Amino acid sequence: MKLKGRAIMEGIVEGEALVSEMPIGFYGKVDTETGIIHDEGHDLDEECLTEKILIFPKGKGSTVGSFVIYGLEKKKTGPKAIINAETEPIVATGVIIADLPCVDRIDISKIKTGDWIKVNGETGEVEVNEQ
Amino acid sequence: MNLTKEEEGILNGEEGEGVQKAMQLVVKLGDIFGAEELVEIQSAQASGVSYKSIKDEGLEWLEDFASLGAKTRVPTFMNPAGMDLEHWDYFGFPEDFAEKQLRIIEAFEEMDVIPSATCTPYLLGNIPQKGEHLAWAESSAVSFANSALGARTNREGGPSALAAGICGKTGKYGYHLDENRHATHKIDVEIEINKVADFGALGHKVGKIVEDGVPYFTGIKPNTDQLKALGAAMAASGAVALYHVEDVTPEAKEERPAGQYVETITFGEKDLKEEKEKLNTGEKPDCIMVGCPHSSIIEIEKIAKMVKGKNLKTKLWICTSRPMKELARTAGFVEAIENAGGDIVCDTCMVVAPIEQMGFKTVAVNSGKAAEYLPAHCKQKVVFDDIETLIKGALE
Repeated sequence: MKLKGRAIMEGIVEGEALVSEMPIGFYGKVDTETGIIHDEGHDLDEECLTEKILIFPKGKGSTVGSFVIYGLEKKKTGPKAIINAETEPIVATGVIIADLPCVDRIDISKIKTGDWIKVNGETGEVEVNEQ
Repeated sequence: MNLTKEEEGILNGEEGEGVQKAMQLVVKLGDIFGAEELVEIQSAQASGVSYKSIKDEGLEWLEDFASLGAKTRVPTFMNPAGMDLEHWDYFGFPEDFAEKQLRIIEAFEEMDVIPSATCTPYLLGNIPQKGEHLAWAESSAVSFANSALGARTNREGGPSALAAGICGKTGKYGYHLDENRHATHKIDVEIEINKVADFGALGHKVGKIVEDGVPYFTGIKPNTDQLKALGAAMAASGAVALYHVEDVTPEAKEERPAGQYVETITFGEKDLKEEKEKLNTGEKPDCIMVGCPHSSIIEIEKIAKMVKGKNLKTKLWICTSRPMKELARTAGFVEAIENAGGDIVCDTCMVVAPIEQMGFKTVAVNSGKAAEYLPAHCKQKVVFDDIETLIKGALE
């Protein structure tokens, strides 16, 4: 299945999907040393983001979240790419300063955790290969 | 987005990696928000300066960004830091915190950011004109510039405001455009309000209701310090970037005809009392902390006159910018306040300083913004009242 969205940040990568139905607030919730989310009640609580294609509706919370995305990439504990329903400024700023491929305006309900995903941050195309 | 030849060149790296990275951020955010072009800005103001707020991740990004050789192209001011940059030791700021904080300031200075360390650049000679485009990040300063002065800025994030300062431009969207500056809510204030704290309570209530709307006030005549308090509270409890006050602010004539507002709200005696009660979560303060946003010379003079020749039984911090303290020193206000047992703390404030690590548990404030942030951000109980009552209580 191929989905077409909007390119936010360049880069072509592939990897395994980690899908959340809930907005993610990176500041105070994601440990940049381990890449693990600690957010009780979140559907990705205790999940590790490292090397995943991270898929969630949108960002939320403190604007410092942008720096957390940068920190994850710098420590190599972060995801390979981000796909959103709608990328808001906190995540947009984060992926741009971190050089992390990102696409938005994708119907993320069509993607399941474990699917193999090819992300094209130049064209906004996302290829989904079901698990 | 339509870019000029020069902008394209910067984006392609013709003028170095630092400004290229900055332009990338400015252009992409502009694209996301639907900007058709970039607009030249007269100044920028970067937030995310306190080490308490941005932590090691932010420090590293700033140092990495500075190492790319990025320099500002328009005057760029910085928000308050997490401590008094000169007298941190005297006030008991932790040493490891101070070391990281000073590295952050150095990184900003390397990029030619003016080390103003204040949330009130408009009290320090950076007074934008009506219609001027800016890229400011501090939410209370954004509100003041848009509302009290009629300048035009969105609520920028820390990195985006810095990037705009480096490019000298920002995306033309949001509050840069006429169509987004109209009032959405009408607020009829039915009581006379003349204390800074009461404007803070009014703003705190209205911000929660209108969220990111544009309120239009009737029935109030705020002065500069009161506009500063009102806007700061609405930007903290909500995300208000622009408001109008009938017969006071420069764009108030933009009022929409009655009936076109999303909502009309009245604010009376009972609302004021209820809001002040809600903001009060403690008693017996360890310290009175004023200057959120940073105190003006007029506010400092008022306190100096109240405490001159007397003894304060509670600690007092007056937070302001360093140049304002120098003026207060020349005027004799610093001496009067220090002799009474109070302190003027520069470059920081009660919200972005690590006061929870410095032994404070309950603080007294006259700011709606501080009352909003202190409980969660600084683990404090709050006594909220007007400055006359707080000082009087500390002198008895």
